[in-house]
This record gives sequence, structure tokens and C-alpha cells, in this order.
Amino acid sequence: MTSSARMYIIIVGGGKVGFHLAKELVEANYEVLVIEQDPEQARAIADDLGDIVLEGDGCEASVHEKAGTRRANMLLAVTGDDEDNMVACQVAKQLFNVERTVARINNPKNEAFFRMLDEVDTTVSATSAIMAHIEQGLPTTHHLIQLLELKGSGLELVEVRIPEDSRVVGAPIKSILLPYQSMICLVVGNDGQPKVPSPDTIIHADDEVIAVTLHESEEQLREALMSPPPVRSF
Amino acid sequence: MKVVIMGCGRTGAALATEFDSAGNDVLVLDADSTAFRFLPEDFRGKTHVGNGMDIDVLERIKLREADAFVSTTRGDNRNVMAAQMAKHVFGVPVVASRVFDPLREEMYRNMGLRTINPTRVQAKRLKKIIEAPSDEAASEVVAAFLRQEDE
Repeated sequence: MTSSARMYIIIVGGGKVGFHLAKELVEANYEVLVIEQDPEQARAIADDLGDIVLEGDGCEASVHEKAGTRRANMLLAVTGDDEDNMVACQVAKQLFNVERTVARINNPKNEAFFRMLDEVDTTVSATSAIMAHIEQGLPTTHHLIQLLELKGSGLELVEVRIPEDSRVVGAPIKSILLPYQSMICLVVGNDGQPKVPSPDTIIHADDEVIAVTLHESEEQLREALMSPPPVRSF
Repeated sequence: MKVVIMGCGRTGAALATEFDSAGNDVLVLDADSTAFRFLPEDFRGKTHVGNGMDIDVLERIKLREADAFVSTTRGDNRNVMAAQMAKHVFGVPVVASRVFDPLREEMYRNMGLRTINPTRVQAKRLKKIIEAPSDEAASEVVAAFLRQEDE
């Protein structure tokens, strides 16, 4: 990336998450600014990472004027308070037209609500991520795990582990009836090898399937890939 | 009308009292149980200790059945978050919030929330009181403000 096209990323909240994010992004040569309210915390980040900190309230428009939020490509709101993260994203989008906003979610129950907001493009919840890992580790998970939301399109990336008794075991992908706008993108066999599937790829038990789907079609997709074959009566 | 008020400070309590005296079904929510001391003894509404931004709490008080939700805590962000939850998650037809920061207040008003900025209103009123020719005239100005609101 040339220096003129460097992405400008604003981080609201200089706690542990904000600090490490800033550090990574600086190392990756992005233009970064951390907005942190606490003077001591702001100084500590500046001592470590240099002059990339603005002391102030990341929910206030006047602070965003100073931060040059209007030319920011992305705003990451990662404080420990969901309401502050929500307002920071709304101010950035509504008043400064920032292209993309990411909100950290502290209370996982707020995730569905945040997804309803036009000003939050992506939500990240550590609790949900850890929960997904726990569920993944359980032998009899009948869950579909959401990996990433592709907002705007309403699509999301999900992961499904094919149960032994699934109706799709031994079947080629072309025979699977998927819900509207759903697509299987990747199949990881139990040898750990990922492969881009063709219509003739056969699904095996324990395969990890990565698929794109609409949020509202999740349940249908789960049905299609995980439920046992229908019982036939003769 | 079923009204849920979040934040039982002086404003929240006064508002709850107004709605209660007018014969409405009122529930006041505050995270601090000692806040309900602001309510008058003859208050007939309900009180509930809990965080108004917690979906579980809002579920418990059956917010879905409310006709109006008002947030009057000291935190602007808390107020607008709870109001948006009431609107988007619980489908409450009327939501209103007090927002101290004038810029944020205007922004949320433009986004379709009913918001009021007490700072602006108060500054204007205080100015009128200071400019009144005498103390008596100043109290008359205050009384006029209250009469005006009752109309």
C-alpha cells in the first residue's frame, strides 16, 4: 500500500483491547489514532506507541472534529461499555460519514440489538467467540456457528460440523437443497485439508463446512446440513 | 397509558408523579434502590431495581406492553441506548430521552428519537429570570413557565 492510500483507523477506547489493536495496526503501517478519555491511560499509550493518542471523549462530536474523523476509513469502538461503543459508532457514521464502524460488544445479549443499528457495521464479542469455541469442542454440537457478518448484504459466514447421522453424509453438494442465497464455500475434511467444493464434492461425517447464508435462513441451513434423513414409511 | 421511566432522579421522579397523578400505569426503573426516595409517599406506580440497558431486565418488566418509554438517567449514552432498545427490540411506540450534550441531542432527534436537551432550555429560562426587573417579577416568570407547560 502506498503512503497516500494508507488507511486511517480511529480507535475509541485505549484500554487493553484498544492498546493492543493500536500496536498491531501501527506495526502493520496503518495510520492510527486512539481516543482515550483518561489522561493517565492516554499518556501511557503515548509513551509506548508515540504521538497517536488524543485525550478526550470518543462520543463527542468536538473530539471527532479534532481527530479528523471525517477522513477516517474505519472506526473501532472498543471501550468496556456497550453504550459508549454504540454512541461512538453512531456519531462517527451520522455526523462524520465514516465508511466502516466496528463495535466491541461486552454483553453478548446486546449483539442482536447492535445488528439492528444502521451505524454499526460489524460487532465483535469476545464472550460469544469463546462460547462458540466451547460449543465447538463439545462432541454433540447441533449448532451452527456464526463466524462473520457481512453487513449491508445481510449475509453471514457460518460454520457447521456435519453430524454422522446427517442426511447429507455421502451425498454430493449439488444434491443438497440449500436455502435462498446460501452457498457452501469451503469444506474442511477430517484430514484438516480445506477444499473449495465443486458440485460433485461428497460430504462426509465430521466435515467442517463453511457457508454463506442470510441471517434469517440460519435455521433452514442448519436443517439442510445437520438433520437426519426423513423417516420413510412404507 | 403504560409508561416506563428509566432513572429515578429528580426529573424521573417528578415525571413519574405527573403521569401517576394523571391516572396512568407507571413503572420506574433505577439501578439504585435508594433513588426511589424521590417519589412521593402516595405514589401508586411500580418501582423496579435494575439496569434499563439490560435486555433481561426490560424483558422482565414486560416492556413490550408499554406505550411509552422515557430515559432520564444522568448518562446521555445510557439514555439513548435504552431508548433505542425500547424502540427497536421491544417495539415501544413512543420513546423519549433526556440528552445533556446538545450535539448528540440534535443527532438523535434527527435519527427519529424524541429527545430533549435540558441545558439549552434551562439556559434560556435562567437568562429570562436574570433579566426580570425584580425578584417578584422573576418568580412570576417561573410560575408562567410551569403554567405554560400544563397547557
